[in-house]
Amino acid sequence: MNFPEAINDAMKIAMSIDKKVICYGLGVDDPKRIFGTTKRLKERFGPERVFDVPTSENALVGIGTGLALGGYKPVFVSQRFDFILLAIDQIVNAAAKWFYMFGSKNNIPFVIRLIVGRGWGQGPTHSQSYHAWFANVPGLKVVMPSSPKNAKGLLLSSIFDKNPVIFVENRWLYNINEKVPTGDFRVPIGKASVIQEGKDITIISNSFMTVEAKRALKFLNDKKISCELIDLHTVRPVDWETIYRSVNKTGRLIAIDSSSHNLSIASEIITRVIDKCWTKLKNKPVKMGLPDHIQPTSFALTKNFYPDYISIIKEISSLLNISLEWKKLQEKQETPHDIPGTWFKGPF
Amino acid sequence: MKNVIDYYKKIYYVMKRIRLVEEEISKNYKHQKMRCPTHLSIGQELVGGLISLFLKKNDFAISTHRAHAHYLGKGGDLKALISELYGKITGCSKGRGGSMHLIDKKVSFMGSTAIVGSNIPIGVGLALSIKFDKSNKISCIFLGDGSIEEGVFFESVNFTAVKPTPTLFICENNNYSVYTPIHLRQPSDRKIYEMVESLGVKSFLADSRDINDTIIKFKKAVKFVRENKQPVFFEITTYRWKEHCGPNEDDHLKYRSEKELSEWKKADPLKEIEKVLLKNHLLTNIQIKKITHKIKDEIAKAFDYAEKSEFPKFNSVNIDEYAN
Repeated sequence: MNFPEAINDAMKIAMSIDKKVICYGLGVDDPKRIFGTTKRLKERFGPERVFDVPTSENALVGIGTGLALGGYKPVFVSQRFDFILLAIDQIVNAAAKWFYMFGSKNNIPFVIRLIVGRGWGQGPTHSQSYHAWFANVPGLKVVMPSSPKNAKGLLLSSIFDKNPVIFVENRWLYNINEKVPTGDFRVPIGKASVIQEGKDITIISNSFMTVEAKRALKFLNDKKISCELIDLHTVRPVDWETIYRSVNKTGRLIAIDSSSHNLSIASEIITRVIDKCWTKLKNKPVKMGLPDHIQPTSFALTKNFYPDYISIIKEISSLLNISLEWKKLQEKQETPHDIPGTWFKGPF
Repeated sequence: MKNVIDYYKKIYYVMKRIRLVEEEISKNYKHQKMRCPTHLSIGQELVGGLISLFLKKNDFAISTHRAHAHYLGKGGDLKALISELYGKITGCSKGRGGSMHLIDKKVSFMGSTAIVGSNIPIGVGLALSIKFDKSNKISCIFLGDGSIEEGVFFESVNFTAVKPTPTLFICENNNYSVYTPIHLRQPSDRKIYEMVESLGVKSFLADSRDINDTIIKFKKAVKFVRENKQPVFFEITTYRWKEHCGPNEDDHLKYRSEKELSEWKKADPLKEIEKVLLKNHLLTNIQIKKITHKIKDEIAKAFDYAEKSEFPKFNSVNIDEYAN
């Protein structure tokens, strides 16, 4: 099952279990069905529960909050993360605060699905992921799946969570295939996943960076470097215990974010690890992420913009002070840097 | 069919109560025990009165920073309001929200919030939930002339114009956004209700100084929303007597003319209703005194309750980030 199929499966299951689950957003019932993620939902659950909308992100998020107050469990979709910036007021000032601000009397079960673009000229306004902003807002949960399997389980948990959840999907995850459990399979929010245990170094990543990290592991395992890979799944709340336990064991940390490294989730992880694991640290922690500037469009300008498995290997090489011949890997790269695979032919 | 005057007695009581509550808040504010920005409704009580006449207990309402009249008109608990201003645990929002964030779910007052226009789409969402439930309720959104200038207002009106919901927009046009008069913010020859009508939502205009007309139109508006399950925009011209935010007058700032203020005060809807009731022998001066005494007694008890209530514990601040 690929990533859109897993999302679609979760939606179908949630909507079958609970009649209060609503799916809306620009294009949810258009011919493309949000990359297939909302395929056949309208046919199966009717036009009242699955509906297209005016292009009004701020109102649409407010309407979701109102629906939640009225007893529904809305799932709002935006095909690009960038557009939700039009709805910051409704997310931050309303949805996030409604529970606490009114003395815990109302809660807002509300999922906002955001798809992050990347490469092939997505450029300054179609490839941003401000999950760290939202992770800075008390009252929100921010979930970042990294595979079809955890996407399904996390989406089901998000829909049945009692709080507003920002659900961040990286477009480059969309063509990944893996076996996904059938039925109402849930992955808990706020719990990180230890993808591989290891003793030399802890790698913490999220979203598509976990795919890059997994790729790096294949290479590093062959070189007998024992890495522990932690996929965060959720960037608010963060599973700090799993992080501290791992870094206390390995003494080394690489924290990779899938957005600008500046003031990122990786920054916060390093800050807290220094505070909590200081005496166990063998090396200074390493932070990885995108450069702290605006994403350009041109093929020529985007090379090396995102961390990849090679840059992860490069960092580990310098951290452990060993030669891993990462330059050779660069020479072997066949797929152009700005697409996840030859399956991607644009436009978005 | 009731005569309009039959509504006067009830609306008078509700408006009088709002006026006296606001005056008591204003009077006591200097003691520094109510420590939150407060926007008083004095002069604008009529809308609170109208909703008490025509909204049902389970109709949703959602309001703004200036929400006291709406909260009380909808039947919100007075003790919980005063305690909220005092920041006490017995406040309607447990002291976390203050004057600008009021709630009373028992009467379907679903919240009031301070960012101008922010409540509007939420009210439309509540109306959409009513539509999905196929129930007979309506969703009532309070807003002011300033919120008309926010993008989310247009987004919300457009949404419900294209996807009809039982939404009643009640726009209190009091001429000012803080100190900025409407003619500096909107074209003088463009009427708000006409503009909204042109966006595809049935609209009404009422003047709070014409009480009969306002009551008749408001009743009609509510009936239309409930029966047709379609939105209505109800604009009512009104006037705030006190400063934008706080317990005092702000007319020394000269942002509005003395003449304008005195004319509106002269046309006070509350006084006007009282006059009509006395003239028609539906109320006597003795009864007015009794009513006033009864309300003042209730208010005194509410203040006393707030004073004696506990403060929330500081260590509870982070406990309720999420609902479980």
